[in-house]
Amino acid sequence: MLLPRHLLFLLGLALIVPLAHAAPPAVAALPENSVYRIPALTLRDQQGEVFAFDALRGEPRVVGMFYGSCQMACPLEIEYLKRLQHAVSAESGRSIPVLLVTFDPARDDAAMLRKVAGGHHVQAPAFRLARPEHGDEGMLAGVLGIAYRQLPGGSFSHNVKVSLLDAQGRIVASANASGALDRAFVEAIVALCAGH
Amino acid sequence: MKPIRMAGLLMLLAIAPAVIAADYVTIPAGQFVSALAIDGSTSRIAMPSFAMRTEPVTQADYLAFVAAHPEWRRGRVSPLLAGPQYLAAWQGPLTPGPAVPARQPVTEVSWFAARAFCAGEQARLPSWYEWEYVAAADATRRDARGDPARNQALLSSILAGSGNRPGTIGRHRANFYGVRDINRLLWEWTGDYAAMFPNADARVAGTGATLALCGGSALAFADKNQYALIMRVAALTALEPADDAPRVGFRCVRDIHGE
Repeated sequence: MLLPRHLLFLLGLALIVPLAHAAPPAVAALPENSVYRIPALTLRDQQGEVFAFDALRGEPRVVGMFYGSCQMACPLEIEYLKRLQHAVSAESGRSIPVLLVTFDPARDDAAMLRKVAGGHHVQAPAFRLARPEHGDEGMLAGVLGIAYRQLPGGSFSHNVKVSLLDAQGRIVASANASGALDRAFVEAIVALCAGH
Repeated sequence: MKPIRMAGLLMLLAIAPAVIAADYVTIPAGQFVSALAIDGSTSRIAMPSFAMRTEPVTQADYLAFVAAHPEWRRGRVSPLLAGPQYLAAWQGPLTPGPAVPARQPVTEVSWFAARAFCAGEQARLPSWYEWEYVAAADATRRDARGDPARNQALLSSILAGSGNRPGTIGRHRANFYGVRDINRLLWEWTGDYAAMFPNADARVAGTGATLALCGGSALAFADKNQYALIMRVAALTALEPADDAPRVGFRCVRDIHGE
């Protein structure tokens, strides 16, 4: 019984491995300033789905970063992005997906992401909170202009910059996700979605 | 062309052992007060133990890196990850040339490139606190920052070197920990350099600075005598992560398992 089971396992591997390593479908090469060209980054969202960051290409998206145990700026950032999604829907009838990646993966495990998402009533894939599983989220922060620094005590000093990426991952516009909605940012999203 | 290629290959072979043998020393855990204030006041920081490269990453180290990682060669690297000045002093993508001796710290490398290099040797860029903790030492003392003569000497070295490429590694004694050239030769990227004055971004947007931040907001110098350090922070925070400056290089650190 052992041998066939091993064989089955190997056969299974043979099926899975090529799929896992297969390049994304033969789409046009990404532009050289595409954010999706950062070194490979694998993410897991609040619903447990694992995906490659560069597999998000194909539609416009708003991307930012946060951390789950943040008491002030991040809850405001999430609420800002919810208002942003509502404004875009109201003005264009289109939806703009949001991705927030944690820069505190040590504490932001799957349960923490679920808790934060539940508290704000946001669901993937329209509003994803994700943690890095493999790869360097710092590279993502760098290309998005997101700065963070851990302070003694465990909290972070950070900004709340969010960026609109076009379908190929080029940064079209950015905003600080706090306070009143940035009109120019809303209009950039509406214009990009209309053209997509 | 052929002899030149051969020479390049021989050089790569010659430096390969040095790259493998990149030296890290253990930096013991300790208490530390940063010269940077958080919310306008100082705080005592408990630094865990870690390992740090004894020397800045050299031109030779970096040549071996780009030889092994074509995506980081000049001309191939994404413009998001390195600007037009990336390795600008090199003759060619795999030829540093005579202007950049092998034993000099590599500079004109972006924060992204430095990060990728460190990942390639199972390491990372130090945090500002890690860098500052080690740089507080002189040859005999763990924390020599209270010595005005030492502070003046560091400032003089920096002013004398400004405008020039960093000199050769190893002209000064190693510090208390066995780390070399951390204060005088060059500025060094830290992993969190961009967040030293994080409220800057919030101010630009015209929104309340405090709302844009979790944790500390007003970050300034608690110890106003650290001019060399203030210059360093000012130089680093002026940079974008894709910038490649002639006096900015880096070294890497590693976590110590179990810490």
